[in-house]
Amino acid sequence: MPDVKKVTTPLTEDVINTLRIGDKLLITGVIYTGRDAAHKRLTDLVEKGETLPFDVQGQIIYYVGPTPAKPGKPIGSAGPTTSYRMDAYAPTLIALGLKGMIGKGMRSKEVKDAMVAHKAVYLGATGGAGALISKSVKKSDIIAYEDLGPEAIRRLEVEDFPVVVINDAHGGDLYEEGTARFRRS
Amino acid sequence: MREVSAVEITRVVRDLFMDANINLGEDVLAAFRQALETEESPTGREILNELIENARIAREEQIAICQDTGLAVIFVELGQDVHVVDGDLNKALNEGVRQGYKEGYLRKSACHCFTRKNTGDNTPAIIHAEIVPGERIKVTAAPKGGGSENMSQVMMLTPAVGIEGVKEYVVRRVRESGANPCPPVVVGVGIGGTFEQAALIAKKALLRPLGVRNEDPEVAALEADLLARINDLGIGPQGYGGRTTALAVHVNMMPCHIASLPVAVNIPCHAHRHKEAVI
Repeated sequence: MPDVKKVTTPLTEDVINTLRIGDKLLITGVIYTGRDAAHKRLTDLVEKGETLPFDVQGQIIYYVGPTPAKPGKPIGSAGPTTSYRMDAYAPTLIALGLKGMIGKGMRSKEVKDAMVAHKAVYLGATGGAGALISKSVKKSDIIAYEDLGPEAIRRLEVEDFPVVVINDAHGGDLYEEGTARFRRS
Repeated sequence: MREVSAVEITRVVRDLFMDANINLGEDVLAAFRQALETEESPTGREILNELIENARIAREEQIAICQDTGLAVIFVELGQDVHVVDGDLNKALNEGVRQGYKEGYLRKSACHCFTRKNTGDNTPAIIHAEIVPGERIKVTAAPKGGGSENMSQVMMLTPAVGIEGVKEYVVRRVRESGANPCPPVVVGVGIGGTFEQAALIAKKALLRPLGVRNEDPEVAALEADLLARINDLGIGPQGYGGRTTALAVHVNMMPCHIASLPVAVNIPCHAHRHKEAVI
């Protein structure tokens, strides 16, 4: 695995252009959470021409629905959810300037094409490592859709949040290349 | 007739769901360590080490291993000489889920199918109860995450495809699931019975300690062959490429209709959680 790169949010196009599949990144700064129900609401707003609860320009959305935080902790267990369920909504947000998505699992051709066209990246957090990942989250505030419970949109302050680049802005796909390297049948 | 209080059943269910979601089983940890020795991908080994570290943090801080603490699946073996008193069994089981998910700071993931409105307490539980001889109640809590459950499938194959057709189907299902179910996965396979029975015996196969083979040598050989073929797919930990796509394959088989060959594949992730207690 290549050296670990440290990146801060918001992501600039210059930084995105340097990223390649398999790169291990440690993210510091602000990221936003959102999964199925929140994505539907966000894209409904876009369709109606209304303002989103946060400006997605240059930002990263983390597909996560954490467990409730224990007293004194910023967040509970907080690993990624499977990303393909957000595929229907992601191209709309990427076109608006969203630069990164954190999740796990394969993306559709439409999402991959949008990442290449608008310079964005798809990053993998380790699925099922929710307790470990929670250590990188320093602060968590619900900023929209509190009624959705675990699916509410949160603003997270993260420090050295570990991810791997799965799809870069040059059309690379770690899942395809990694599997091809180790396939025997 | 032995009397068992519904209050006791609730307490046991509450504790089992907290335990299962927070403390990863030793069998899974042993499988991680074994995989570390055979995994050829450096990234794959790094992921396996992360999972071992994750389990340690969860245990020490008493927080959930994974944020998806699942729908609450409960298997109950109810002795026919047991009389449940102080309440009814189904209510007692659901109350245990309600309490466990609240007190354990576990995520509530049950919602209405169309409005997606959360039920708020992770009920209703998915309860599979059977009557068995004796005067004990065995309760198994098996919380099941959505991401890997979504990759599961039942297929009514044609008998002509035979054992080779079954193998091809199971391997294809794992290949098509790719990185989605958080590999390394465990693969539960149910062959035979009816449509719903195939799914149920696939899920029950997952309750076996990891890597313990089916007692039937024919089925055990099938498990070994499936595991080898699945690990030849190259998907690897988290799908980043590697040798460890599955930690184990567990198969249950039973007779089926002369016209049928039902096969169910139930996939859980490496956060392979189940805890049991006997009352």
